Amino acid sequence: MRRSGFAPKARVLDEDEIRRAITRIAHEILERNKGPDGVLLVGLHTRGVPLAHRIAAAIAAVEGVAPAVGSVDIAFYRDDVQSAPRVPTGPTEVPVAVDDATVVLVDDVLYTGRSARAAMDAICDFGRPRAIQLAVLVDRGHRELPIRADYVGKNLPSSRDETVRVRLGEVDETDAVEIGTSPDQVSGSVEAAT
Amino acid sequence: MTRSLLSIDDLGREGIETVLALTREFRDVSSRPIPKVPALRGKTIANCFFEDSTRTRISFEIAAKRLSADTITFTQKGSSLSKGESLRDTVRTLCAMGVNALVCRHEASGAPARIAQWVDVPVINAGDGAHEHPTQALLDVATVADHRGDLGGLRTLIVGDIAHSRVARSNVLAFSAMGAQVTVCGPATLLPPGGESWPAEVTTDLDAALEKADIIYLLRMQKERIEADPVFGSIKEYVQMYGLTAERAARLDPDVLVMHPGPMNRGIEIASEAADLPASLVEEQVANGVAVRMAVLYLALGGTP
Repeated sequence: MRRSGFAPKARVLDEDEIRRAITRIAHEILERNKGPDGVLLVGLHTRGVPLAHRIAAAIAAVEGVAPAVGSVDIAFYRDDVQSAPRVPTGPTEVPVAVDDATVVLVDDVLYTGRSARAAMDAICDFGRPRAIQLAVLVDRGHRELPIRADYVGKNLPSSRDETVRVRLGEVDETDAVEIGTSPDQVSGSVEAAT
Repeated sequence: MTRSLLSIDDLGREGIETVLALTREFRDVSSRPIPKVPALRGKTIANCFFEDSTRTRISFEIAAKRLSADTITFTQKGSSLSKGESLRDTVRTLCAMGVNALVCRHEASGAPARIAQWVDVPVINAGDGAHEHPTQALLDVATVADHRGDLGGLRTLIVGDIAHSRVARSNVLAFSAMGAQVTVCGPATLLPPGGESWPAEVTTDLDAALEKADIIYLLRMQKERIEADPVFGSIKEYVQMYGLTAERAARLDPDVLVMHPGPMNRGIEIASEAADLPASLVEEQVANGVAVRMAVLYLALGGTP
């Protein structure tokens, strides 16, 4: 993992703020879709997957029933040029039929929109969802595609030179969102979210 | 820099493990409602089969199509090679037309390596003479990994015409790179000169070797070669000494895995009873072939402009 180059400037969200943001997103998903029926949460590897599970748990705490949770890896759907082929970091699993489901894609950082575009293509290879929505913990701007998030934990104005680092206890040692610089990093967040 | 795959030695253990990880992903892709990903959209792959092949060629074609690459297939028959064009001119012409990778099968050992020097696109060896057949070895390792997880310490016995077998050579390299203990077994006349330098034990005694094998890998035996062999001269004698007969298969521990690269000569190197044992992985090997070749093509071309 390329961590060494990251120099944090400010903490954007701490553990409690991340928890509240997830709770709010869970409520917004329920409100918009009139309950959890037919909702399928699909996390983008790596950190979208634990976020999707947290949102599902928050929905279950309110409704008593948890929506299905899947995961998607976009390695084979990327449109950007890289120096080496990217090997998927986790499995693509869709536990229930995508046809007529409302798929909520979950990612940590929304930046250029290219990851979300790739994830939509991947989901559409599994069937024809009734709708696809997008939930992100941080929206840092600089979109390169006509994509916007339906559910946003935190809007974070940033410059392209900056890096947003999301850490989650399931993957990292702690929960935090930080903004900073990492000279050797070209993508939107550490761990190459685009 | 190109990312050719000419020999298993190009990969090493780390490279093989990357191929295995990708193979699992691509097997998932193949089981989806739309068994296709856009990873190699816009790339053109030329399958150059200067020697006949059906299953390997089709397997590479399906693999390329499931990655959304365009494919052209080129066989010796009806090509300008039969008009006397040199191999070098043929492959350079293909590249001048904008082909992004060449998959090459050739009867001459070392031909793909030679081609790789002439062109600046990745070259994938799909079998060259008696040298190597790396994608076959990778799919064999993937098949065993499905059943046993780690290959470390697995006693792997490769039986048959070792000297003329590119499958044997690539498998010895691949299985030993993954930590398996490899033994090759065959009549002395069909053991390779210089075989002592291979990372494998060499024996002529099949029955003794069978006693201590976790995996038995039968090579395809060419009838003409047995009949020309000064020691055997008849297929019956070969089968008695080196065939996985029904009697030998009956003595095997049920956990022993039986493998064959295909096409099988039932009744020669493998009896029908052995080929159809529950422990026989022959069909799984074929099924893994597409996913392994997707992994190899993706590593050769993925991520490039």
